[in-house]
Amino acid sequence: MSTVQARALLKRYGDLAAVDGISFQVRPGECFGFLGPNGAGKTTTMKMIYCVLPPTSGDLQVLGMDVRAHPRAIKARLGVVTQDNTLDTALTVRENLVIFARYFDIPWGLARQRADELLEFVSLTDRARDKVEYLSGGMKRRLMVARALVPQPELLVLDEPTTGLDPQARQLAWEKLRQLKRTGVTQILTTHYMEEAAALCDRIAIMDQGRIVTEGSPADLVAAHAGREVVELRTAGGNWQGPGILERILGAAGSLAETHEVHNDLLVLHTQDGEVLLRRVREQGVELESATLRRTTLEDAFLKLTGRRLRD
Amino acid sequence: MAPRIPRLSSFLFFSPRGAFRFWQRNAYIFRRIFPESVAVNFMEPVIYLLAMGFGIGAYLSTIGGLPYLTFVATGLVATAAMFGATFECTYNAYVQMYYEKAYDAVITTPLGVEDVVIGEVWWGATRSVLYGTVFLAVITLFGTVRSPLALLIPPLFLLSGLMFSVIAMTFTAVNPSIDYFTFYFALFVTPMFMFSGIFFPLDALPGWVKIAAWFTPLSHVVNLSRALALGTVEAHHATDLAWILTVTVAMFPLPVVLMRRRLVK
Repeated sequence: MSTVQARALLKRYGDLAAVDGISFQVRPGECFGFLGPNGAGKTTTMKMIYCVLPPTSGDLQVLGMDVRAHPRAIKARLGVVTQDNTLDTALTVRENLVIFARYFDIPWGLARQRADELLEFVSLTDRARDKVEYLSGGMKRRLMVARALVPQPELLVLDEPTTGLDPQARQLAWEKLRQLKRTGVTQILTTHYMEEAAALCDRIAIMDQGRIVTEGSPADLVAAHAGREVVELRTAGGNWQGPGILERILGAAGSLAETHEVHNDLLVLHTQDGEVLLRRVREQGVELESATLRRTTLEDAFLKLTGRRLRD
Repeated sequence: MAPRIPRLSSFLFFSPRGAFRFWQRNAYIFRRIFPESVAVNFMEPVIYLLAMGFGIGAYLSTIGGLPYLTFVATGLVATAAMFGATFECTYNAYVQMYYEKAYDAVITTPLGVEDVVIGEVWWGATRSVLYGTVFLAVITLFGTVRSPLALLIPPLFLLSGLMFSVIAMTFTAVNPSIDYFTFYFALFVTPMFMFSGIFFPLDALPGWVKIAAWFTPLSHVVNLSRALALGTVEAHHATDLAWILTVTVAMFPLPVVLMRRRLVK
């Protein structure tokens, strides 16, 4: 049985379909990621999964239960890290976990014990008695993760768990999430960081304008949508509109360039053999500011599928 | 597909245990400031009674056969029920909901919006009882309480506290910005404070003001508090109790439904 199963899931605000009839499955024990530009519908989808937003139509089962019929029973078995930090500022770090445990009817003694274990797990033991407002951004996020683990959830829902963290804090967060995955906790996360999705997720759904554009493992998505290698050429002329320049390069590349995109002064060529392609381009003698060859990443696939237009 | 739950009945889906958990959270936080809070609650009536009872009272002999201090004190105690609940369910609740996002966290647990609102309302009533009991102790020290029926004032404050919490929470649920609480206090709380028969009997007022004053919730709490403190309970006080009960029961679903509409889009 799937941990999460969505069929034709729709969330509509007036004329706008924030989530436009998506279907997906999350399997037990996997880490499933939603990627997408701002406004793609990721957070709305997450909120429907953790039962604070009722779907307009469609079917959504979480842990085998309908989100409309059994929100409390579902939420009792979920751990949620919301996009904004929602720590209780009237309470200390440790009290945040203890009081949260009470919402799950965990007895006081066990709540305190679990709070101490979780503070240890996210390396906040020495801050236990501090007010949360004195924590750094990274610490607050770690406390959010610790709080989500209070009910010992079967499913962890993480909405941008590492946004705003410095690289050290992010590495630590990844390590903790991987550790949890090894203990069998199913995870669903959204992120804007491609490395994060690649590092954590078994499968990814790329969303855009309320729909799932494509779905698959990070490696498969890169292979299917971005080729093997990328050659990036920056023209010295400021843009590629000079007479015949673009044509000469594309002509030289021939069938080696599977696809190409032009963005102002940048020409991106997707290819299976970058070295040969780069040599042929150089033979043309076109004046370039830079020419680089690199392996394709998830980001290439992402930009290819969702475009480079700004979404704010 | 499960049928959509009609909004107005959504408050019926609250869980008493969930509401109790949120009440418990508030109590846990309050415990820490309990001594200071009681000290402040103690000071306030003392200041009022000194100013009103001895300041103004010096110029008045009696009102309705009572020393002015006694008249004011036994009415003023009712405001404890109003202010305890009103501050809790206006500013405190709004800051937690809007700025602290405390509700957003709680509704990811088995608790729903309705539990949070009902827990908050009961907590407001609890504050009324705490605050009102301290107030009652102070006016007893001033020698203004004449009847053991005064022991029924705290339970009365639980009910009145619920009423004022429900009214305040209803406003909070639709309030677009924290600045608008000024209107709530200026147009609702303060007039009620002045025209509920605390400082002067309402009999002397023009007819239409008397009628308007009768509709204010506080005037009924004042009537009952004074009657209990002085041991002058009569049959017509049942009307005051019925009024408070009716408003509380009738309005109870409102903050739940409106807060749900606000938080669950």
